[in-house]
Amino acid sequence: MLPAALAPDAFKGYPPEARRLATERIELLKRMPLAFVPLLLREVIVYDWKFPAERRDIDRQFDYLAHLDSAGFDSLLAPFARIRLTAALEALDWVNSPAGFSEQLTAHLWATRQIDAFTAAAVDYVAKTAASSPDAALPTYRLGIVVIGQGVDRSQIALFRKLRPHGMYFSSLRAASGFQTVLEALNRRARQHPSPYAHWYIDGGRPTLMNSAGIASVSYADLTPARAALQAKMQQTYEAWNGPEIFRTQLARMKPEDIGLSPEHDPVLTRFQLSLLTEGSGTQVFSTTFAQWAAREALRRAQPLTLVVRYAPRQRDRGMNELLAEAHGKPELDPQGSLVDADMGAYYTWLNHQRLSGASKSKFLVWFEDHAEAIAIGPGLTPGGHSSDPVGLTEILDRIV
Amino acid sequence: MYSAGLDLRSATPRQISEAVSSTRRTFLRTVAGMGAATAVFGPGPLRAATTRKGRKTVVVTFGGGARDDETFSQDGAENIPHLLNELAPQGTFFSQVVNRGILGHYVATASLATGVYETFNNFAAVSPDNPTVFEYFRRDLNRPATDAWVIAPSNGFNRIGESAKRGYGQGLGAGVILPKRLLAAALSQGTHAQYQHLLRDNYETPLYAPSLEGREINLDQIASVLRVSVSDFTAHAQTLTSPDELSVYVAKQLMRQVAPSLLWITLHDIDIAHSGAFSLYLEGIRRSDRLCADIWKTIQSEPEYKDKTTLLILPDFGRDSDMDSGGNGFQHHRTGDPLSRTTWMLALGSGTRQKTIVDRPVESVDLVPTIGALLGFDARFSQGKPIPEVA
Repeated sequence: MLPAALAPDAFKGYPPEARRLATERIELLKRMPLAFVPLLLREVIVYDWKFPAERRDIDRQFDYLAHLDSAGFDSLLAPFARIRLTAALEALDWVNSPAGFSEQLTAHLWATRQIDAFTAAAVDYVAKTAASSPDAALPTYRLGIVVIGQGVDRSQIALFRKLRPHGMYFSSLRAASGFQTVLEALNRRARQHPSPYAHWYIDGGRPTLMNSAGIASVSYADLTPARAALQAKMQQTYEAWNGPEIFRTQLARMKPEDIGLSPEHDPVLTRFQLSLLTEGSGTQVFSTTFAQWAAREALRRAQPLTLVVRYAPRQRDRGMNELLAEAHGKPELDPQGSLVDADMGAYYTWLNHQRLSGASKSKFLVWFEDHAEAIAIGPGLTPGGHSSDPVGLTEILDRIV
Repeated sequence: MYSAGLDLRSATPRQISEAVSSTRRTFLRTVAGMGAATAVFGPGPLRAATTRKGRKTVVVTFGGGARDDETFSQDGAENIPHLLNELAPQGTFFSQVVNRGILGHYVATASLATGVYETFNNFAAVSPDNPTVFEYFRRDLNRPATDAWVIAPSNGFNRIGESAKRGYGQGLGAGVILPKRLLAAALSQGTHAQYQHLLRDNYETPLYAPSLEGREINLDQIASVLRVSVSDFTAHAQTLTSPDELSVYVAKQLMRQVAPSLLWITLHDIDIAHSGAFSLYLEGIRRSDRLCADIWKTIQSEPEYKDKTTLLILPDFGRDSDMDSGGNGFQHHRTGDPLSRTTWMLALGSGTRQKTIVDRPVESVDLVPTIGALLGFDARFSQGKPIPEVA
């Protein structure tokens, strides 16, 4: 089917909010090229479980497209219209399985060497829609805090190597109250600027108990049963020799309850947790990967005002000889390797933090947990600077918060 | 590291590739004291010191590329001491090898082996559509089956030895050794399920393990080909920490016992980067660096190879840049950005210049015609062309 043949009935399988949106915008959808419309529908079909920032972005795209005149509309989407597709792609049920279409389209674009043209078209589209209406002013600056190195007595690497050119390095930090100081700062901001999914706490281990009002919280430990259920499904698929494409399709169709997640309390956050495990690579196995990917996705999707990420030691990757000797042994932890992972993860979190609106005013802190080293980035903090003066974590937080 | 002189957001892919190349060149000049081929020798072809007769070629690919950030850069130098200090000064370094094909490891390695950008499904158990370097070599030079071998990670690569091309294909390609499959087979006799995890080594997806087909040697051929008993093979494997160490052990055994003229080794440990654990990715790079030096040392010490072998080392492609928001940095190679497409090659040994850098662009598909020029066959279906600085 081609987009021009779309009718309201086509969306009867969509969740309520998604159905309403698609039906309201059907005339726009009908004018879009096939290489484009399923990609937009891939976002629309999960509209009911989108964060507010994501909903605003989808709405903005539709508003922008609706206000373009015919020539502008065609011009914007012309690069997508020039993508050569196949009859097999046209025959797919791209309305109800836009993710499946996307998967097939991606393979087709690589095989026909159209991937670069498509990427360029997508980048241009995103830039133009983003520029069509400015982001609303933030109620306050964004703050990101990453805590790394739990369980490490002494780092074997020079920490913050990639971040030091961008911020002030503190080497004589006092952190008497430890991580509690960080959580207090998070709670304070959540109280001062309450907004759904604006304040996040991601823990790569077991989360510290806290007053979580107004804070979206995700942890590796809390998802242990879900990870185990997912790994059991992966094992079944592996033994059935169904192949990766079928498994990806199964993952894309998975519901939270399929791996024991209850969507009743907060369906949006539950869907987010599901996506971390089904769309992330390595998130099911390594806690450091989980923390980094969860932070990336929270920033990209929810665009929070406050983000706290705390890394915990991941399991040690065992050598082939160890695997042979002990196929089912309980894995040990690897604190030093985890610190290397987390150090890089903190850099990636900062990069993703910088991709959000208000980046020039945003503030960022990375702390080597229970140690004297930290780096702080933000206005008023000298890039590449080094302070060896004794200073408390609270003082640094006060200075940047 | 590239953003200092170039705004990546507004640069064209060609500009980014050239910037990558320039950075690698500058770095190698500084660290390894290497010079540019164009400045020193001119662009003309360099003739081999030995005749084609008796020449051998060993190709080492990384089926899981490493970025310059973790290799050819100030920060990355500590991860590749052997490549940087021992191997690069002895050879010619191509700082701009561009891969315009599909960035999946099996299809990309197959493209390297055919000299054509193959377009099949990366996860399908299929032979390449175009003749492989092994088929050209054996057919044109009338070489026996024992003279061309591939040692590869388990998954998918069992078909890489010979193509589906009419007139080539079955029985005309290379023997394929998948060391992990051999080990799993050896260990699984009677306890099959316990060692299934050995086969799950395709980091791009945790699920792929195709059925055994193609010209792959099996367990009962170990003794006749490698001259090692199954029990000795298994015992030695149990002392190794990674699949790539096992591959290099098998390669060395093959070089000593069979001495093939064309040997292709695909290392894969680096691709653990897909798990997202940066420290494990670095460990993979350091191990590959050490294993490359080990292979070169073996070449230099084995009489059948010494002074008549060209060693070509290259990643199949790179990994995503930290700066591309569409990816997740080192973890994947999904964006197809210029950095993930621009890699390098080191050529050393017979027919190559020492302490030389070539920074003009060459393509991944140039590899097979270049080997053809080295060994004396015509890669007639290849999209590439011989690289004169080697061939």
